[in-house]
Amino acid sequence: MSLESIFIILISAILVNNFILSRFLGICPFFGVSKQVETAFGMGMAVTFVMTLASIITYVVYGLLDHWNIEYMQTIAFILVIASLVQLVEMIIQKTSPTLYQSLGVFLPLITTNCAVLGLTILNIDYDYNMGSSIVHAIGAAIGFTLAIVLFAAIRERLELAAVPEVFKGFPIALVTAGLMSLAFLGFANLV
Amino acid sequence: MKLNRIFIKGLLFDNPVFIQLLGMCPVLAVTNTAENSLFMGMATTAVLLGSNIVISLLKKFIPTKIRIPIFIVVIATFVTIVGMVLNAYFPAIHANLGIFIPLIVVNCLILARAESFASKSSTVGSVVDGLGMGIGFTIALFVLGSVREVLGYGTFYNIALFGDGFQPATIMAMPPGAFLALGLLMGLFNKIISKNVNEL
Repeated sequence: MSLESIFIILISAILVNNFILSRFLGICPFFGVSKQVETAFGMGMAVTFVMTLASIITYVVYGLLDHWNIEYMQTIAFILVIASLVQLVEMIIQKTSPTLYQSLGVFLPLITTNCAVLGLTILNIDYDYNMGSSIVHAIGAAIGFTLAIVLFAAIRERLELAAVPEVFKGFPIALVTAGLMSLAFLGFANLV
Repeated sequence: MKLNRIFIKGLLFDNPVFIQLLGMCPVLAVTNTAENSLFMGMATTAVLLGSNIVISLLKKFIPTKIRIPIFIVVIATFVTIVGMVLNAYFPAIHANLGIFIPLIVVNCLILARAESFASKSSTVGSVVDGLGMGIGFTIALFVLGSVREVLGYGTFYNIALFGDGFQPATIMAMPPGAFLALGLLMGLFNKIISKNVNEL
């Protein structure tokens, strides 16, 4: 795999096809845990970890499904891999680093139903990525996810203090804000 | 709870999109046209109905500790079936919806109904709950999809509405338009609801 193709996959996943702002994957945590920059960053890190591992394991699993000609089992197999992976990661972190577990603890179980992870693994298969490209794609997607959620959390901290019309308080104004951010990211459209 | 109350709750007062904000990924991603929205809503309703029925039937046999993985396997099975049916009979729609069909598995609406309703209620109640929530979800998607299609393409269900001079606001059919349209619609929904509450 050439350096150029790594760079293209990374830029495309971080900026052009940002998982949250242009693919709409991982919207729930985007709105759910973006009230503070710190928690948003923690969520981003946890997702990075799970995404990278999940893309490696699902690549191998898909190889097996392909070998046995049961590709239609893809959805069931992948979601089981992700669910058990999240459980495993939770157990390992709890044993090895209680401090990290405390800071990530709340977010870990939530990652199972984060469609960004399942979406990433399915996209890897759709794009026919090999093992190396899948890992790069996972890292790029995770950086893009973290970037969007941290930026959004920073805006929302300010938004708490702004004078917003009564009916737009809470989610409606957050959605409009996300729309403007998405508009800004649209500027990267022809980068790759 | 009476069955008609369960139904109305899902349809309006606990509307999964406008009130509970569940399953936001497909709500934003595939609502660029009314047709896509309608099919996405119906596919989700079918999966929700299936999973609610099976889980309410099995509720006595599912051990509490590993209930979430079991729910997910049940849901994933129905998602696979729905995906195959769409691929066989509506290949164009299947291509449009793309990865958001397998992603119905992680739609929090379905898992939330399994956890908070179907695993504790009778099968008949779960059927009604699945229908109410599913139709509420479909209506919300359809409204959002229609608004975006009319503004973004100047068409409704692929029928041109305006003359040749109409300049569509393409941005509404693109990703930012999804956030903007849903934010504005939710503001409108809040306005209507708060007005009704004040009048009561």
